[in-house]
Amino acid sequence: MIQFVLLISRQGKVRLTKWYSPYSQKERSKVIRELSGMILTRGPKLCNFVEWKGFKVVYKRYASLYFCMCVNQEDNELEILEIIHHFVEILDRYFGSVCELDLIFNFHKAYYILDEVLIAGELQESSKKTVSRLVSAQDSLVEAVKEETNSISNIIAQATKKRCINFKMSIC
Amino acid sequence: MSLSGMRGLSVFISDVRNCRNKEQERLRVDKELGNIRTRFKNEKGLSPYEKKKYVWKMLYIYMLGYDVDFGHMEAVSLISAPKYPEKQVGYIVTSCLLNENHDFLRLAINAVRNDIIGRNETFQCLALTLVGNIGGREFAESLAPDVQKLLLSSSCRPLVRKKAALCLLRLFRKNSDVVNVDGWSDRMAQLLDERDLGVLTSSMSLFVALVANNHEAYSSCLPKCVKILERLARNQDVPQEYTYYGIPSPWLQVKTMRALQYFPTVEDPTTRRALFEVLQRILMGTDVVKNVNKNNASHAVLFEALALVMHLDSEKEMMSQCVALLGKFIAVREPNIRYLGLENMTRMLMVTDVHEIIKRHQAQIITSLKDPDISIRRRSLDLLYGMCDVTNAKDIVEELLQYLATADFAMREELALKAAILAEKFAPDLSWYVDVILQLIDKAGDFVSDDIWFRVVQFVTNNEDLQPYAALKAREYLDKPAIHETMVKVSAYLLGEYSHLLARRPGCSPKEIFSLIHEKLPTVSTPTISILLTTYAKILMHSQPPDPELQNQIWAVYSKYESCIDAEIQQRAVEYFALSRKGEALMDILAEMPKFPERQSSLIKKAEDTDADTAELSAIKLRTQQQASTALVVTDQRPSNGAPQASQLAMVMIPTTNDTDHTPPVDQPLTESNGALTVVDPQPSGDILGDLLSPLAIDESRSVHDVGSNDALALAPIEDQESTVKPIGDIAERFHALCLKDSGVLYEDPYIQIGIKAEWRNHQGRLVLFLGNKNTGPLDSVQAVVLPPSHLRVEISLVPEIIPPRAQVQCPLEIVNLRPSRDVAVLDFSYKFGTQLVNNRLRLPAVLNKFFTPIQVTAEEFFPQWRSLSGPPLKLQEVVRGVRPMPLGEMANLFNTLRLMVCPGLDPNAFNLVASTTFYSESTRAMLCLVRIETDPADRTQLRMTVASADPTLTFELKEFIKEHLVNIPTPAKPLPPQQPQPPPIATSDPGALLAGLL
Repeated sequence: MIQFVLLISRQGKVRLTKWYSPYSQKERSKVIRELSGMILTRGPKLCNFVEWKGFKVVYKRYASLYFCMCVNQEDNELEILEIIHHFVEILDRYFGSVCELDLIFNFHKAYYILDEVLIAGELQESSKKTVSRLVSAQDSLVEAVKEETNSISNIIAQATKKRCINFKMSIC
Repeated sequence: MSLSGMRGLSVFISDVRNCRNKEQERLRVDKELGNIRTRFKNEKGLSPYEKKKYVWKMLYIYMLGYDVDFGHMEAVSLISAPKYPEKQVGYIVTSCLLNENHDFLRLAINAVRNDIIGRNETFQCLALTLVGNIGGREFAESLAPDVQKLLLSSSCRPLVRKKAALCLLRLFRKNSDVVNVDGWSDRMAQLLDERDLGVLTSSMSLFVALVANNHEAYSSCLPKCVKILERLARNQDVPQEYTYYGIPSPWLQVKTMRALQYFPTVEDPTTRRALFEVLQRILMGTDVVKNVNKNNASHAVLFEALALVMHLDSEKEMMSQCVALLGKFIAVREPNIRYLGLENMTRMLMVTDVHEIIKRHQAQIITSLKDPDISIRRRSLDLLYGMCDVTNAKDIVEELLQYLATADFAMREELALKAAILAEKFAPDLSWYVDVILQLIDKAGDFVSDDIWFRVVQFVTNNEDLQPYAALKAREYLDKPAIHETMVKVSAYLLGEYSHLLARRPGCSPKEIFSLIHEKLPTVSTPTISILLTTYAKILMHSQPPDPELQNQIWAVYSKYESCIDAEIQQRAVEYFALSRKGEALMDILAEMPKFPERQSSLIKKAEDTDADTAELSAIKLRTQQQASTALVVTDQRPSNGAPQASQLAMVMIPTTNDTDHTPPVDQPLTESNGALTVVDPQPSGDILGDLLSPLAIDESRSVHDVGSNDALALAPIEDQESTVKPIGDIAERFHALCLKDSGVLYEDPYIQIGIKAEWRNHQGRLVLFLGNKNTGPLDSVQAVVLPPSHLRVEISLVPEIIPPRAQVQCPLEIVNLRPSRDVAVLDFSYKFGTQLVNNRLRLPAVLNKFFTPIQVTAEEFFPQWRSLSGPPLKLQEVVRGVRPMPLGEMANLFNTLRLMVCPGLDPNAFNLVASTTFYSESTRAMLCLVRIETDPADRTQLRMTVASADPTLTFELKEFIKEHLVNIPTPAKPLPPQQPQPPPIATSDPGALLAGLL
């Protein structure tokens, strides 16, 4: 079972985290700190596995980003390594040669996509085609609703914006 | 138009990215948090779009590592939004910000449930994903039936069903009761026929968890798994989109083979043949290719196949193929494959007799110990540790010592510990052992825990031949210019005891030894000074006739420390000074240390305990288990604690079973000063259970390790107090644990371990006793008689009179339950070891609840039955006080483990529990029992219990039985045996722990 997924940039910036086991905010920060320290310092020609506190972290670097998945001791490491690649390929397909910037500005999209690939720390779908189809179906659903409510929401948005500006000014 | 489709969000992200330093970033984030907070307060003015935007910003800030302690409510409230875009954001952000323990999540249960049972497929997907990712126990209890419905529904599309499968897996992990075993084996078999590979992959993950929990119930699914594997291996009917780099869904292949590893064997010959054909194809047909991903995927499958072959451990030829493959892998350049090769070789050591073949790769494995990659070095160390035996111990330990000098800090302590254990276990001769430990201290003193040097002192004390050699070595190390403080301690101790054995050698006169040691005194810490003071006293005692000059020197030291601020040092100085004036009497008082009682190496114990930190399947554990049972290694014949034993290592010459035997008859202060070393606490013997119960499936032998951890509801044990052989562990606790499960250890002492495995069917039971002789000598006059109470008919088959060394004897018992009773059958068991007769009376866990078969009743069945059994003696009610306070969930668990199935939802009051079961006996036949517990939320120590069945005795007995398990019974009057296993606290002086803290 995958305990958590981390995407960390080479500079140690977190780009995505997903926790399938209950970690508190404090524990999460600690884990991220510890693992970035361990993984970012590893040389290029080493194996993709790091042993950590009775778990194994399977990681792979793609350009400036490290994709890490923490799994149980007895899990199949290579299987997880290819889940990472599977996820990257899907991101690639969605964004069209994905780069770190895509994931920074569209981090919410990355979360949608991850949810189509993994649930409960297990692989949900191994067909890239199916995942892509489902993600674009979601996108069009969002778009459809947007268009449908566009006219009304515009009016509301305008109205609220004005009020907010007024509010702000009154604070100043 | 910004990338994210939300301008405000993109602007914020850019702002954060443009911050030049952490401080600026914090300011920008704080400003934004303030803004969001104000917006949320003024919620009415927020459009759905804005709410969405702010919630996303919150998540982004959270991801950057800032505390976001507000706004959870807004995120959760979006879940119940009517429109998809808001709902989606609500679900995703909630599942990222919160974990299963957050109270806010509770607020969402209803909204989530509405989406799950609603008709909107996209909403169902969102809800299932959230529950699958962060659902906890409460979700499990309230949503499991709905999720199951979706998974099994024929009208749901695959996209919903695959999510439902994994969602159910999550809920099952949180509470295994949500999947009712009885109904599920058929359903699972049906799910495995699924054509959609997405659904099948998810279902297979669920299946792995179910089968890990109870393989027997799902045996009908085994052939289906093999079919799936065949289909994939032959690439039949696998859609292109499910082929990954030309390999038919490698993940599904891996999962299917993982599931098969939970079945003990494959019995059906056709299935078996088919499976082996597939495995053979995988083993032979996997080549190394250029494409990394293809290579990884095919090797993921290959390694899983290897694991499955190892698990089945039957085809000799295939096993040797596996070893050959692994031998190839550990020599390749590709680091992943090399790592896995080493890891799997270590695993292989435990399943089968491949020691000799693996030993051929020793040179290669040692090369990996010097690999630049710490992950690989760790695997290599573990493997070397696992494969070490008498024949190669010298080579391996010397390699480890050499490596110690250059090893990184992260590994030194483990390395030192492992080297010490191996040296102790497989020493071809004891002087070599002393050499190794002294070298260890010399090279890595900081990483050598006290246990290690205590142990070497024990060995030297117990072996006269070794004493001059050890003293000489200690003397040599003292000549070195800068030595580690631990070395000062051990040298001083050894020279204090045995330097007189060197007296004729040059440079070894008492005076010279004294000045050599005394040189070190200014550089050492207080605990070491205490040891040095003792050493001086011993030197003084050995220099007879007294040398006045030496005497004056030493007395000067003592008078200096008479006013020391440290009480221990002061006391020693004062006492030794006074004692040393007693002249001849000193000889008696400061006599040589007596031999230590034989005990399990505290190092091995420690290694076992630290396992959790390093590796669950670490070789240490496997090793200790193997060694205890196989007796392949001649030097490992020491009993695991203080037992008389003619050992190869001649460790103990005086048989001592009692701790008081070896305290010398001297004055009180002396015992104290001698006691400097007795801090080595006697450790309980290692758990060799894994081996004695070896006929059990692997997963069961793992679970029996927790025998001792069950709560102590124990009654006073029935056992023979006269026996001088002390049992290991608490008998009553073991008995109690066995009442709740069907396999584990019933009794253990230094000579024998009695394990139990039982199967129960209706009113009959079959119980097998596993009598394991832990020694290298036979146990004779073995007798086992069962004294059954009147309600049980017990037949015990003949117990052999002699149990050969290291052997295990099985002794089956047939039990028939005649009528309901709480009386317990007693096993009268005796044996002789040497001249010592050991007799024990042990309660057998053939108790009332073993004849229960849990049954789930519906409201329609329950209420008529409940009403028809009206009043005593068929329905009894009692208010029970002094109940062990426990949350309702725990009580429900207790009932379920007692095989009284809790039927949720029957009682409208949430503080009540209703449970049902069927009781079987010859007189009553199958009889339904109903139980209702009404708890008082204000006072958990009392409750009202109503029990009903159609048999008055049964009702009464059941009521009393439940009471026994609910009420806090005072701890047994008899003090617990001193060797009760308990997790030793992590020593704060442990350098490794300190180091870990610093790092």
